Amino acid sequence: MRLVISGGGEPRAAAVKAAAGHAGFSLRGCRVARVYLLSADPGEAAVARLVDAVLADPVTESAAVDPPLEAGPGVVVVEVGPLPGVTDVEARELEAAAARLGIEGLRVATATRFELEGDGLDEVVAARLAASVLANATVERFAVGGLDVEVTEPTSVGVDVVDIVPVRDLDGPARGELSRSRLLSLDAAEMAAVAAWYRDEGRDPTDAELETLAQTWSEHCAHKTFKALIHLSHEAADGSVIDKVTVDGLLSTYLRAATEALWPPWLRSAFVDNAGILAFDQFTDVAIKVETHNHPSALEPFGGANTGVGGVVRDVIGVSARPVATLDVLCFGPQDLALDQVPQGVLHPRQVAGGVVAGIGDYGNKLGLPTVAGAVLADEGYLGNPLVFAGCIGLLPSGSHPTVPRVDDRVVVLGGRTGRDGIHGATFSSAELAVDTAAVAGTVVQIGDPITEKGVMELICEARDARLYTAITDCGAGGLSSAVGEMASTLGADVDLRDAPLKYPGLRPWEVWLSEAQERMVLAVPAEHLDALLALGERWGVEVTDLGRFTGDGRLVVRHGAVTLVDLPVDFLHDGVPRRELDAVWRTPPPAATTGRLGGAVAPTDALLTILGHPDVASKERIVRTFDHEVRAGTVVRPLCGPEADGPADGAVFVPLGGWPEGRALAVGLGINPRLGRVDPWAMAVGVVDEAVRNLVVVGADPDRIALLDNFCWGNPTFPDRLGALVRACQGCYDAAMAYKAPFVSGKDSLYNEFAGSPIPGTLLITALGVVPDAGLAPTADLQAPGGVLYLVGETGPHLAGSLHAELFGTPAGAQVPGLCHLKPLARYRALHRAIRAGLVRSAHDPSEGGLAVALAESVLAGRMGARIELPADAIDDTSWLFGETSGRMVVEVAPEDAPGFEAVMAGEAVTRLGVVVAEPSLEVARGDATLIDVGIDQLVAAWRDGSPW
Amino acid sequence: MVSRPRIAVLHAPGTNRDGEAAEALELSGAEPAVVLLTDLAAGRTTLDDFAGVLVPGGFSYGDALGAGSRLALEVGHALSAYAADGARPVLGICNGFQALVRAGLLGGGDDGAGGGPATPRVATLADNAGGRFECRWVTLAAEPNCTADWVGGIDHLVACPVAHGEGRIAVRSLADAADLAGRGLVALRYVNRDGSAAVGAYPANPNGSAADIAGLANPAGNVVGLMPHPEDHVRDSQDAFRGRYPGRLARTLFDRFVARARAH
Repeated sequence: MRLVISGGGEPRAAAVKAAAGHAGFSLRGCRVARVYLLSADPGEAAVARLVDAVLADPVTESAAVDPPLEAGPGVVVVEVGPLPGVTDVEARELEAAAARLGIEGLRVATATRFELEGDGLDEVVAARLAASVLANATVERFAVGGLDVEVTEPTSVGVDVVDIVPVRDLDGPARGELSRSRLLSLDAAEMAAVAAWYRDEGRDPTDAELETLAQTWSEHCAHKTFKALIHLSHEAADGSVIDKVTVDGLLSTYLRAATEALWPPWLRSAFVDNAGILAFDQFTDVAIKVETHNHPSALEPFGGANTGVGGVVRDVIGVSARPVATLDVLCFGPQDLALDQVPQGVLHPRQVAGGVVAGIGDYGNKLGLPTVAGAVLADEGYLGNPLVFAGCIGLLPSGSHPTVPRVDDRVVVLGGRTGRDGIHGATFSSAELAVDTAAVAGTVVQIGDPITEKGVMELICEARDARLYTAITDCGAGGLSSAVGEMASTLGADVDLRDAPLKYPGLRPWEVWLSEAQERMVLAVPAEHLDALLALGERWGVEVTDLGRFTGDGRLVVRHGAVTLVDLPVDFLHDGVPRRELDAVWRTPPPAATTGRLGGAVAPTDALLTILGHPDVASKERIVRTFDHEVRAGTVVRPLCGPEADGPADGAVFVPLGGWPEGRALAVGLGINPRLGRVDPWAMAVGVVDEAVRNLVVVGADPDRIALLDNFCWGNPTFPDRLGALVRACQGCYDAAMAYKAPFVSGKDSLYNEFAGSPIPGTLLITALGVVPDAGLAPTADLQAPGGVLYLVGETGPHLAGSLHAELFGTPAGAQVPGLCHLKPLARYRALHRAIRAGLVRSAHDPSEGGLAVALAESVLAGRMGARIELPADAIDDTSWLFGETSGRMVVEVAPEDAPGFEAVMAGEAVTRLGVVVAEPSLEVARGDATLIDVGIDQLVAAWRDGSPW
Repeated sequence: MVSRPRIAVLHAPGTNRDGEAAEALELSGAEPAVVLLTDLAAGRTTLDDFAGVLVPGGFSYGDALGAGSRLALEVGHALSAYAADGARPVLGICNGFQALVRAGLLGGGDDGAGGGPATPRVATLADNAGGRFECRWVTLAAEPNCTADWVGGIDHLVACPVAHGEGRIAVRSLADAADLAGRGLVALRYVNRDGSAAVGAYPANPNGSAADIAGLANPAGNVVGLMPHPEDHVRDSQDAFRGRYPGRLARTLFDRFVARARAH
């Protein structure tokens, strides 16, 4: 039986028309309706009950039972529904609602019906429209004329079949073929190690063992590149070798090395758990994690980003913390790319952006977590391989996160049910994307279920406070195999999958074991606490299942009833992966002048307006407003600021529900700059650390209490040039962490970000987490009052190389990249912090892309107040002053009566009096007799906000 | 000493603004308790233990069947029974408002319990006119002739955020909107920041609601729902405009809600 609910879909129809227009289709008419396919006819009265109770709103909607599929002359019907096995919360909820109404055993499938009209729109064109705009083949199916599917249970086949995979006697090429055909992503040395171990054992692996090894040894889980021995050849621009060094692991040489050298007293845990943990005060710890979900988002932007948020939130739950805020950083291809420039196998960047933004909003908003910070970039390098970084911050009582399971503790899984979702996510993320990836990897992307995760979140907080578990981790990539495998990495465990709750029957045992179904956690639970945990499950509506026990015999044993599918010693599983040895080359680029994308230099006012409309700088307001940044009522400095709430903010400042005593708050800042990385990855690394730290300093965070996270998204590290750039970026991370005395507490690498043989621009996201001692004093970027004195804190150098101005208008000879060498940033930031604490700072903003001119323009437009600026007459050229991207600088507004006090506090630091805030609605920048910039606020708003591509 | 009335803050799977709603109630002198629907179903507590009920925001059951529909199915009858005395206050915020409308407690319908003829509701909550979720601060003005004097009597503008995708008050005709106002069933309207009428213009009216309606009351005046989130602006430190437009704390709404609960 089909139920079709019509009416009330006008906003959705308008969005479809707009999306179709962007994709080159012209729709004259579009009506959208919801379709429910029922497994049986429950009878007229029951249908009426269902319709009235939950399906059709009496004011705007009407219901039809089994209406004709066609919709009249000139109208083409397309219906789109989820593929079987894809999470369909709507169907599940309708089944539950039906049961609540006394209609038992009803099975439901859902679809969306589009009734389309347009000139030349026939069934062939409609099918193209459906394939490119209405449906995503990774998770959905569509039919022109109506989707008429039988709603049936999936059949049960092979549920207790375990296959033996011959590996022992394969030669090298055959092992390579096996790795490829099963999506194992293991290289020749790793496959050889697997074969050798099984030869010694005198048997071949089961399918489940092979998959378990592939997951555990994947780049995603084992970070083979960051632990590899690297031979780096450092070469001059002419190719002559300057020196050769051996790097004994990027992680231990640079990132962890900085942390261990610095280890401040407030650092609780770094690199060892699902998230980094630091002390907020004597009672509360803060956990933070940033992850990427790039490849899934390339194939199915909504689902990929959706589950990316879900995954990082679970990482934070996985250190027993209550998630309180999220952040997102997104890198897409050019939004205005011509349709015929989109490569085969790639979604248009506008579609990717639309889906990713919707997917993030869907998950974060439904979880009730504020999205407090983020960034959005566009670059041709991300066309085939967009980047989606998602971060989460959580709170826990100090020292309340248990990490050591005990022998005989139960292995408990809780949360969502297991389906055939996302098999091979870990190995898939460790492979390059290709034109046919979407077809091969059809099962790897999923749709999330935030409501289940919300229940898990609540349950875990209560279970933690009641001390019901001894260890916890989330089911991420690799599913149970990775979660149970990790947790049992010293004790070993014996689990039986027969009782694992499934979404539907028919899964093979190895699929249950490997499934990456979302919203699941694994806990080690002392047997005496099991009943209490089950009671919490009932209260919060979360399924809790006992799968087995931690044994203490050092073996990972997995059964399905009488069948054993895995029996491996944990030391081979976790330590058996051969260490990689890789070659890297870093060649210093020649200091060449470049021509700009838009030609040569233009008048500064024109350059400013052009840069303000650049995707990396322009307003993200239309995206930001689709994310709830207010929920939990603790966001103090929001992503948007000023009297019209449309100006850009630097760091975000927030408190938990109810706040903290004495007005203390957390702050988060971000730094990302792939443009600079193209010129010098080292400069990029120190630059983005500085940017993230400055984000915090300008909103009042204590510069002596900042923790950093690194997220590398890079190309295939087996190419020496990609790896050389990565080494150089890691060196920059070390140098910057030491200069700022800010330890890395967590990090993640996403490698193999290549499409059709080309790497993405090497991209490093730095996230900085800090503490604001008095949130009431936190400055924002918007100018506050006419008469205010504007200062520039920090020196300005000839730093146009790698700048946004250089990309657009060319790099002059002699331009340099910004660095650390001539700066003592920490002392300067401490001085500014003292000034903020003394109440001497009205507004503050940190120049980044576009330099000082853009920073001034942003403060002016945010505050709807003008400024009169007089640049100093020194040796630096006008363009470097206006658009150079020297790091370590901040624009600060001080009340005129506080100017002497401010200058006294900042004594010894480079502080330049730039000018004053004025009521007149324009920005004027002069140098000597020359007026460099003279532009009205309305022009700035038009360029930055109204002209934004987002 | 003034008593602290117990207020139930209902929590279904997917509810997420329960914490700040409870905090707002506590600041306003109530003793709030977050009540899970599983607690009600298992008989661990009952609504009659409480002097008022707040149905907070969130995405109950994922809003998979339309915002608030499933929540209305789960608790609509219990809330109707609770509010039937016309006295005990029920406040629905965002998703809670959506559920109260879907359940028929709000929206201009009449179940005939007052003796008059039963009439179907005339207002509903539909997708935002902009077609997407929207989070932004809005300015609200109370309707002085509202049946719920504890809302209609708020004598200052209120500033607080909206955060929803399905918050547009939709009616079949503008006459229905005028009729709602005439019957005193409009509780709050979106206005410009200077207090002048928004007359449908975005962004002051953030979702295209008919007649700028932001909140509704029932004929008896004890049930009120609104899409914006007053619970997110109960302390000065939460003000997105950092004191630029003073005197617009939304805490007044909770003070008056709690006073109403205390009175009955």
